[in-house]
Amino acid sequence: MSVTKACAYHFNVNLMGRAFLRLQRWQAERKAATGASRWKSDYLAPPLKIAPRTKELVARHWLQGRYANLNRKVAWVTSGAPVELLKALDFYVLYPENHAAICGTARVAVDIAAEAENAGYSRDICSYARTDIGTVLSGKTPVGKLPKPDLLLACTNICQTVLQWYRVLAHHFNVPLILIDTPFVYYGEATDHAVEYVKRQLEEAIPVAEKVADKRLDERKLKQVARLSKLASELWLEIMERNQHQPAPISAFDEFIQMAPIVEMRGDAATVDLYAALLKEVDERIARGISTVKGERKRLLWDNLPIWYRLRYLAELLAEHGIALVASTYTNAWGELAPLIDPERPFESAARTYTYPILNRGAGHKLATIKHMIEAYHLDGVILHSDRSCKPYSIGQIDQRDKLIRDCGVPALLLEADHNDARVFAEEQVAHRLAAFVEMLE
Amino acid sequence: MMKEVRALGVDVGSTTVKMVGVDAEGNLVWHFLEQADPRVEDQVERFLARARHETFEASQTSKVWNAPLVATGYGRKLVHWPEGHRPATRSVTEITCHAKGIYRELAHGGTLVDIGGQDSKVIGISPKGDVVDFTMNDKCAAGTGRFLENTAHRLRVPLEQMGQVALSASEEVAISSTCTVFAESEVISLIAHGVAVEAILRGLHRSLVKRVVAMIRTVGLVPPLMLSGGVVQNPAVPRMLEDETGERVIVPRYPQLMGAYGAALIALDLR
Repeated sequence: MSVTKACAYHFNVNLMGRAFLRLQRWQAERKAATGASRWKSDYLAPPLKIAPRTKELVARHWLQGRYANLNRKVAWVTSGAPVELLKALDFYVLYPENHAAICGTARVAVDIAAEAENAGYSRDICSYARTDIGTVLSGKTPVGKLPKPDLLLACTNICQTVLQWYRVLAHHFNVPLILIDTPFVYYGEATDHAVEYVKRQLEEAIPVAEKVADKRLDERKLKQVARLSKLASELWLEIMERNQHQPAPISAFDEFIQMAPIVEMRGDAATVDLYAALLKEVDERIARGISTVKGERKRLLWDNLPIWYRLRYLAELLAEHGIALVASTYTNAWGELAPLIDPERPFESAARTYTYPILNRGAGHKLATIKHMIEAYHLDGVILHSDRSCKPYSIGQIDQRDKLIRDCGVPALLLEADHNDARVFAEEQVAHRLAAFVEMLE
Repeated sequence: MMKEVRALGVDVGSTTVKMVGVDAEGNLVWHFLEQADPRVEDQVERFLARARHETFEASQTSKVWNAPLVATGYGRKLVHWPEGHRPATRSVTEITCHAKGIYRELAHGGTLVDIGGQDSKVIGISPKGDVVDFTMNDKCAAGTGRFLENTAHRLRVPLEQMGQVALSASEEVAISSTCTVFAESEVISLIAHGVAVEAILRGLHRSLVKRVVAMIRTVGLVPPLMLSGGVVQNPAVPRMLEDETGERVIVPRYPQLMGAYGAALIALDLR
């Protein structure tokens, strides 16, 4: 790396960027101290005190990304990719899915996705993929600029779309693509040979990643990253489990926002520190009797991805009726596998951990998870977000809904929308269904 | 002399607006229906003036007219009492109101299908009258009255004769599009190919009913099967629904008023 590049990176990220983001955080914290909230405070608890810190951490991550091509190798990965390997090789790791979610919350995803659609990508394709490809083709992004990848890592444990999506990226950027194929677990547990198959792929990925990184993998470092991953995942799980308390101290809407680091900064020490502080704040809320929804009357579960461009709308709509969204299968997915991570056996445990995400298991497993969560979190009902462009998460929901109603007597609502494509969201219909569901719960 | 109206319910739908008045026992004693006006507030104000004139002023059993009002339907949030007169008001969704109205009218649970102008819904009602499950049409007008209305217009068949014409058909063509707009183009193409209007109409009804049956399956058909909404006036719909489900269809006395009736009953509880 040249001295000029190092200086440019240091100046932009560590001096100017850090100072700017710290100032932003300081201003946000001062504002929060006055109890001000953009969300309806008549029904909702004040925002989490940690929110400005999380925002600073995430913004810093994207700022580092903006200048990452100056001083590091960059890898673009899927949300369920075994990132520890790349972290141990000092890659800057970028998650296009997280970037797309940022575009969703910033309500620019439709405009960006249209760039991909104009280039011929069908609207039936995942709206994350369309947002990402739209950014790649047009350069449009709310985070300034995305660094070019030197390596791509796709893991099929979340969907099959990533196979095509990452091939498009590999073709566009002309960089190597590592593909980790995780066999789908239809029933029960993964077979030994399936786990062995994934493990071998991980081992075979090392020389490719090493070649791009231009360094050898240090096993001690890999174990250290895995340790930090495990710690962060455990803390994340604990934070979510605190919502078994009645009334719930935080909402799944808070979790949707706070989950960014567990996805894109898993394996970093800062993520562990952040979640330790968040856990402390949640415990303080419980001790002081602060509930996420004032006068909580009913507790619901959310299935599937969030509707990123309508988080606040939905949070306020439910809170007005005293309904707290206390758990979600989506946020849970980044905590439930924590016990499987074994830092001393990074490859063996990664092979199993990355085969077991909820989206890589049968519909029956998801139903069992939902049933377990209904018990553990004392839930009164379930909202199944039928996500127009996330088929793997949405398939089976009609049967799951039927079974929840008939076998468990738990009311369940199928809500049609899309995680990132606001054109699919019909506000009047959604409000209408939710209002009727709320009346039914009463 | 007519019984005094103690509570009112208004159902502001996409196609029609309905108002119902109930007496102290919850009997449906007054009602009024009109095509929906885009100026909902003005229309509801007119309805209220009429209700006041026809019920309170006609009976004069009390000094103050303070019948509470519950609003339902898509325009329910636009309903306000006129200035200076504000008894209890609430807005409640049609799901709850329809269930309440039909349960009071028929005194049993089951599966209620309501086919309105721009939305249709299926509601599972428990033997005690509670809503146990419901589903509504997708983000399009397939399976609603508007689907037939649009194409009736194209075929130049008066709306009120559509059902009879469809039932008179000896043949039936399949309409593959469930989308109201695309079905219209499909119909135009069929006419161009010389297909008989009766056969097209029958096919259109079949398409609508199949869409509704798919919704019934989502909730699960627990007999008896009840049908309400403006589309009930079309005789082909209940008949074909019986064909498709194999269940006898029960239609209440005032199929279009069940939402407003339920709203009035909820209003009565507010007193």
